[in-house]
Amino acid sequence: MTTATTTAPSPVVDSSPSVTATRRKRLRSVVFHVLVIAVAVVILYPGVWMVMSSFKPSGDIVGNVNLWPETWTLANYTSALSGIGGVSFWTFVLNSLILAVGSVVGIVLSATVSAYAFARISFPGRGVYFAVMIGTMLLPFHVVIIPQYILFNSMGLVNTFVPLLAPKFLATEAFFVFLMVQFLRGLPRELDEAARIDGCGHWGIFRLVLLPLMRPAVITSSIFAFIWSWNDFLGPLLYLKRPDTYPLPIALRLYVDQTSVSDYGAQMAMAVLALVPVLLFFVVFQRYLVDGVATQGLKG
Amino acid sequence: MSATTTERGRSAGRGGVRGTATSSSPARGGGKPQRDRSDVKAGYAFLSPWLLGFVLLTAGPMLMSLYLAFTDYNLFRAPTFVGIDNFTALFADPRFLKSAQVTAVYVLVGVPVKLAAALAVAVLLNAKHRGQGAYRSMFYAPSLIGASVSVAIVWRAMFIDDGIADQVQQFFGLPAGGWVGDPSMTMPMMILLAVWQFGAPMVIFLAGLKQIPAELHEAAAVDGAGPIRRFVSVTLPMLSPVLFFNLLLETIGAFQVFSSAFIISGGTGGPADSTLFYTFYLYLKGFTEFRMGYASAMAWVLVLVVGIITAVLFRTSRAWVHYTGDVR
Repeated sequence: MTTATTTAPSPVVDSSPSVTATRRKRLRSVVFHVLVIAVAVVILYPGVWMVMSSFKPSGDIVGNVNLWPETWTLANYTSALSGIGGVSFWTFVLNSLILAVGSVVGIVLSATVSAYAFARISFPGRGVYFAVMIGTMLLPFHVVIIPQYILFNSMGLVNTFVPLLAPKFLATEAFFVFLMVQFLRGLPRELDEAARIDGCGHWGIFRLVLLPLMRPAVITSSIFAFIWSWNDFLGPLLYLKRPDTYPLPIALRLYVDQTSVSDYGAQMAMAVLALVPVLLFFVVFQRYLVDGVATQGLKG
Repeated sequence: MSATTTERGRSAGRGGVRGTATSSSPARGGGKPQRDRSDVKAGYAFLSPWLLGFVLLTAGPMLMSLYLAFTDYNLFRAPTFVGIDNFTALFADPRFLKSAQVTAVYVLVGVPVKLAAALAVAVLLNAKHRGQGAYRSMFYAPSLIGASVSVAIVWRAMFIDDGIADQVQQFFGLPAGGWVGDPSMTMPMMILLAVWQFGAPMVIFLAGLKQIPAELHEAAAVDGAGPIRRFVSVTLPMLSPVLFFNLLLETIGAFQVFSSAFIISGGTGGPADSTLFYTFYLYLKGFTEFRMGYASAMAWVLVLVVGIITAVLFRTSRAWVHYTGDVR
């Protein structure tokens, strides 16, 4: 662990002349930046390589270590945008969008309401429910996919979005409920009391007082809900079998299976297109995302 | 959560595991029974989405799969009870044993390497230098997209015959050949993909490091402790709750890896079943062979194994996780 040496917070206790102190500081800064940039190169290389490869001629992608295309081409994008198996590329985008937006709406509605019950209403059994809710976060969810599939299949809901969206409206993702509970616990109880004195019931307190204040938690949850739904692969793989219901990840897989192995260009172009919304969200909301992750880890 | 990829749970940090059950506050307002009764009603009304989801989509299905685990069921004919046949068949099934082995190696090697990388970079970033926030975001990005099909496609293209990894190998005079088609190299490739996503635990480590009071380091330095000594004796103990949290979630998450292996191996788990992760085999059994009883038995074995590991982690944590008294 060489990094420890360069990085432990440096309490400068020695009384050396300030010249050596600044020199040491500068050296330390140089070492820091060299190391961090080295990590950054490793982190970024696959992503940059993907984007750059999508502009290279298809035969010139695999094994071309160089990032910069020798000849630029948009052919990969035209063939990616031309769709697969008679289904337009934009159908896949639309399906992905419906699923992602539906997930956001479902999760925000169900998680805020459930979190209010956990954080603000005292009733017998609440502690047990809360412990159970936390427990579901540790549960490998593969234990429920088979019975859930049997259930939705018996209701004739395969090839619809219902099996993918219903769980979001029923707050089955404990992560979001927990995130909101934590946030609510940070809001002063006096708000509730004041609203109660003003004649609000629980619904009023929730709807008029607390919900508006929960905006940061709602935004963080929405971004994660959107991105996770957008990238989800297993769910659509199980439930969506008709190409015109495919969201992008499944379409992408179909594309990889159907195109000849050598057509890496179109694969890369489509892979890039599939990630565009995620990257946009990331660029715009990175603070929310990273801070959300950071606080969740600690409050646990 | 019906069917959202599992890998992604990890990418977010997810909630705390040790969230203690809320202390139910004693009835306020001098014990007015009406208030209490209306609170019960309101409580269940507000909780109803979660409660309904829990009963219909988690608890109910769990019981059902427990039942199915003891049956032979193919979705088209009614389940027939077969006792523990599925379980005995499992442990005689070489592909099952192979998938358990592949997953065990992935968890036992991948998780420690990923956490070590996360901790090393977090310590590096914790030094106060300019650009720290930007680096933090940049390093987090792979955690957000790592489980996506797009990244799996890129990984495949980079590690296939004549791909970038192959070129680098040849440059250093190593034997040529892609990793994707070599059963002995697919595991390192998958672990690299996991380690590439070190950002989520790193962000959590970084937040933990920021909470360590500077005075502790200063006091240790005054006592003559060098940087390494300070790391071992101050940073690590102070960070142990966060380390525990990351270890638990990364372990549980690693057991559930699916989509990248699916894409990279073209839905086969090959070559030579070297990417046949546990959940992958479960999927193949349940949804391509429609052996739902068998797959349910697999699911319950997974639940038991993950449960035991979680319990062991919690148990042993008493010995090495230090909570700083009332600060929390």
